[in-house]
Amino acid sequence: MSPHEDKPRPDGTEKPDEKREKNAQEKKLRDLSRRSFIKGAGIASVAASAGALLADRVLEAAPRPQSGGMAGGVVGPGEVPITLKINGQIRKLNLEPRVMLLDALRNHLDLTGAKKVCDRATCGACTVHLDGRAVYSCTTLAIDAQGHDITTIEGLEPKEGLHPMSQAFWNNDAQQCGFCTPGFVMACTAYVEHEPNPTYEGLQKSLGGNLCRCGTYMGIREAVLEAAKTMKTKGGRA
Amino acid sequence: MDAFEYAKPSSLKEALGLLGSDWDDASVFAGGTDLISLLKDDVVDTKRLVNIKGIAGLNRVHESAEGVHIGAAVTVEELFSNRMIREQFPAIIDAAEGIRSPQLHNMSTVGGWLCQRPRCWYYRNGFGLLALDKDGQSLVTQGDNRYHAIFGNSGPAKFISPSSFGPVLIALGGEMRIEGPKGARDVAAADFFVIPQKQGEREHALAPNEIVTEITIPAASRGMRNALYEVRPKEGLDWPLTTAAVALRMRGDTVERARIVLGHVAPKPWPAEDAAKWLVGKTINEENAAKAGDAAVQGATPLSRNGYKVQLARVSVKRALLAAVGERRV
Repeated sequence: MSPHEDKPRPDGTEKPDEKREKNAQEKKLRDLSRRSFIKGAGIASVAASAGALLADRVLEAAPRPQSGGMAGGVVGPGEVPITLKINGQIRKLNLEPRVMLLDALRNHLDLTGAKKVCDRATCGACTVHLDGRAVYSCTTLAIDAQGHDITTIEGLEPKEGLHPMSQAFWNNDAQQCGFCTPGFVMACTAYVEHEPNPTYEGLQKSLGGNLCRCGTYMGIREAVLEAAKTMKTKGGRA
Repeated sequence: MDAFEYAKPSSLKEALGLLGSDWDDASVFAGGTDLISLLKDDVVDTKRLVNIKGIAGLNRVHESAEGVHIGAAVTVEELFSNRMIREQFPAIIDAAEGIRSPQLHNMSTVGGWLCQRPRCWYYRNGFGLLALDKDGQSLVTQGDNRYHAIFGNSGPAKFISPSSFGPVLIALGGEMRIEGPKGARDVAAADFFVIPQKQGEREHALAPNEIVTEITIPAASRGMRNALYEVRPKEGLDWPLTTAAVALRMRGDTVERARIVLGHVAPKPWPAEDAAKWLVGKTINEENAAKAGDAAVQGATPLSRNGYKVQLARVSVKRALLAAVGERRV
């Protein structure tokens, strides 16, 4: 079996019949995902040390004025109600003003497509769209993202199949380990939506906000050129 | 990063009232790409962020009889895609293009582009802006100084001014409006950047309770041929190794007046006045541009590991001059 067999098929066809039943069984197992397993294990260990943690919390929280109703529109440093519009859905959270959009997405909303890598506005793994423009969510305050349309990689992908940009990455071998890929797909999609006729030379100057340590830049540039053509014929956002 | 208070005032008066008399009391916040990173690294502490993006009037570019006014909260992308800026001030477009990250273009503001803190790795790793050891000796001169200053480094400050917009603004004779509790003051961009002489001093003329609100490029600079050339360490996002910004008033093929400002070579943007004077009355060609480059690096005082930057600065001046008169090369 080719190592590529597990990838979604570009033509959208299903796997042969004899594999279906086996797949269904595997899916049940997969539904208990690595992530939910880690979370379950996490709860157990937190419970063990909850007493100590709670004591810290109380000590730390006591001198801090709570938000809401303070003079001059000042809120925090404690939690404040925050409303975010993410992938078309309204999400309400209580967060400290220091919480970054990336951490709100990953830790509070289970949207783990945006990745935390450099955490310093350099590598682009955390890229999301704010009103259709690429931004680093690691240095965007969640509180400051209110009132904007936030799109994450989860919101970019259609229910079935792949977004033309993701598909083009697949077609052009534009990833190796894949950890930078969601950020790249978001940055490249925003770029093509504003520059529907990209050139290779233009890409060299205009997509420097993301890093790929595997060095798949050649494939990524080819993917962007291909996706620009598909997005033109099929329309941009899925 | 410690927890902080947050406010997004809608008026300048309100914003000024939220700042304090110490740097740690409150920080002016706009794009946040630099400030948030400094907070995460505990290089900067703050009790409060004052978001100035909600203040009316800070996010527009407009022209008047005095010149072109750029609000401090205008994003680099907005400036980059502004047709009037493109036509009149290609040096600004060059500088913006040098920031190779569209994410930074979309987030960063013009005020932050000028007020960003130095990239010196001693500073960024918590050794202070002047990076002195316990005996008061410079860690920079003793250590790895390959990206540090080759001019203006006789005092304790050895870092380089990080902004690529700073040299352009000075070459264009720009001014900055600073608002504080006592009202507004206009400062020439050339005077905004300063070289700190002792611990606790900063690399700009701001007080903790002041905000840069507007940048003005005077009408007198209209029609000057201008360009920025930067030598880059790599294709993607990084700060330049050296830059040169030039603005030329031409009469036919002859230079009537010139301004040349080197960037990323000193703790502040570094005007090359002798080179600019030498150019008056000359035409810009390969030979004269190279000679101006030679003149611009006269008196450089490189440290132990950054002598190579003298040549890069020399070439930056030459290529910026040629670009300004239309001979652009990559």
